[in-house]
Amino acid sequence: MTAAARAGRLRRDRAAGWLGGVCAGIARRLGVDANLVRVAFVVATAAGGIGVALYALAWLVVPAGDAAGRTPRARTGRAALEVALGSGLLLMSLLLAARGLGLPFSDAVVWPLVLIVTGGVLIWRQSQGSSTEASTGAEPAPERPGAVLVADSAPAPADPAEVARASAVAVSRTGVGVALVLAAGLVFLQATGALSAARDVLLAVLAVVVVLSVIFAPWIVRLARSLASERAERIRSQERAEMAAHLHDSVLQTLAMVQRRAADPQEVAALARRQERELRSWLAGRPASGQSHHLVAALEAAAAEVEDRHGVAVEVVAVGDSELDPATEAAVAAAREAMTNAAKFGQGSPVDVYAECSDSRLQVFIRDRGPGFEPQAAPADRRGVRESIVGRMERHGGRAAITSAPGAGTEVELLLERGGGSA
Amino acid sequence: MTEPRVMIVDDHQLFRAGVRAELESLLEIAGEAAGVEEAVTAIGQLRPDVVLLDVHMPDGGGVEVIRRAAAAGGQLPSFLALSVSDDPDDVIAVVRAGARGYVTKNISGEDLADAVRRVHGGDAVFSPRLAGFVLDAFAGPAPQPASDLDGLTPREREVLQHLARGYMYKEIALRLSISVKTVEAHVSSVLRKLQLSSRHELSRWAAERRLS
Repeated sequence: MTAAARAGRLRRDRAAGWLGGVCAGIARRLGVDANLVRVAFVVATAAGGIGVALYALAWLVVPAGDAAGRTPRARTGRAALEVALGSGLLLMSLLLAARGLGLPFSDAVVWPLVLIVTGGVLIWRQSQGSSTEASTGAEPAPERPGAVLVADSAPAPADPAEVARASAVAVSRTGVGVALVLAAGLVFLQATGALSAARDVLLAVLAVVVVLSVIFAPWIVRLARSLASERAERIRSQERAEMAAHLHDSVLQTLAMVQRRAADPQEVAALARRQERELRSWLAGRPASGQSHHLVAALEAAAAEVEDRHGVAVEVVAVGDSELDPATEAAVAAAREAMTNAAKFGQGSPVDVYAECSDSRLQVFIRDRGPGFEPQAAPADRRGVRESIVGRMERHGGRAAITSAPGAGTEVELLLERGGGSA
Repeated sequence: MTEPRVMIVDDHQLFRAGVRAELESLLEIAGEAAGVEEAVTAIGQLRPDVVLLDVHMPDGGGVEVIRRAAAAGGQLPSFLALSVSDDPDDVIAVVRAGARGYVTKNISGEDLADAVRRVHGGDAVFSPRLAGFVLDAFAGPAPQPASDLDGLTPREREVLQHLARGYMYKEIALRLSISVKTVEAHVSSVLRKLQLSSRHELSRWAAERRLS
């Protein structure tokens, strides 16, 4: 057979084909018009049905492989249905033709066969995952024999809704196929008079199932419940163990430290604050440490660092949040500098940090209640730090302003106008 | 004006003792309660002027105390929420239930006494953290149809921002060139909006909190 002999290079061209792409593939291989090949097949069919058999054989044997660069015919969900219907009709015409030639078989065989073939083809093609793609216009992938689901073979579906829709379509199409095959069985049973017997069997099975489930239901339910509660108990005890481990490593350690350092109130306060912060972030489900990519978390980390280093309480209040980019990172660095300053020169007064972040701008205020200073008479070391705050902000297109007066504390304001919606 | 009589409601005995020790020399302590039931009974019997209310308690918390005290009738004391909770949901719930403000437990004794007096005088008390929560809650465009309650005026926003930055009422008044009374009026107005706003349980903010 030519088809089998040249299968090495012959490929079914499903994109250009009508049914399985056999004719189109042969035509491409031979370099003739596909319709010519189709006519040849039809003629062969008329002459004793050999054409259909050949076609079916070629469909099974010749692998699919579509011409690259050619626009595939839109693969809608209907393609599989069309193929299935076509197969069914083809078979029916074949059978009718055979009967016309005098082969004796009855309707009891014809209809079930047609239905079963139609449904079978539908299920088969569905499970092969080759017939339909939810995404049209994509380059068709070579047929993958292992592919199970339609959604599986769709090239990188972008949208989960799309995938869900595709798999729903696949399921419903498989359902139609199953229904057709079942109908075939029923029609066959009906026609041969075996339906009533089958019904009796079904009834008996059903009765047994009902009886058994009534008898065993309580046990099954109890078993399921006890399994579930056992599982829940296991999860609970695991959680408890985890929590105990955490409290032991953190809170109990800190309390032990507090007892030993009771003579140093500042140290005790610092320990308590550090522990409080750690516990809060643990309760909130945030990672205890590690690089954060968000503004508020970064500010809080900076505040914690300053708190630990200088033993001064730094309270962060934030409205809004955004992801970090070079400019906001610079703002965080400047804020850290300002907090350090406030902690150093604020004479132990608590530091208030307020950040307000929207798509269009970021504002950070760092305020202490220390002695303050006369801005004109700023000490040299402060001027240096001021440079690292003001200069840093200006390099990133922002501004920094420092307000202070003797006796009224100091406030640093950082302002960053943002290009809008970068977060 | 006589000093207000204060009641402390908190399920931690140690904490109640601590607050009592700090406030005793500054205010009159009317009593203590360790739970919702006890608090509601005590409020009926002792008639305190101000109740310091823990947000979290095993049998319902501050929201429940306010609700049941109101249901019991009689003249209600002023409530001031005092909590370690960082959860804006809890804090805003207590304020919406009727508390006149919220301060965190690490507040100093003197500041706490000051807050109690202010609440007793009919003012609202916003800690920097509460101011931040409220600004967050009122951020973004107001829902449609928006009422006056669903947004903050620019002045109110300004006052809240200063509160969040750690400024005292007096300092805010000085900076904005308005009187302390006006600052108090703005804060009270914000409190009223927070309690009465139809902003759909402040959905945007709630949704964002859950996401993060």
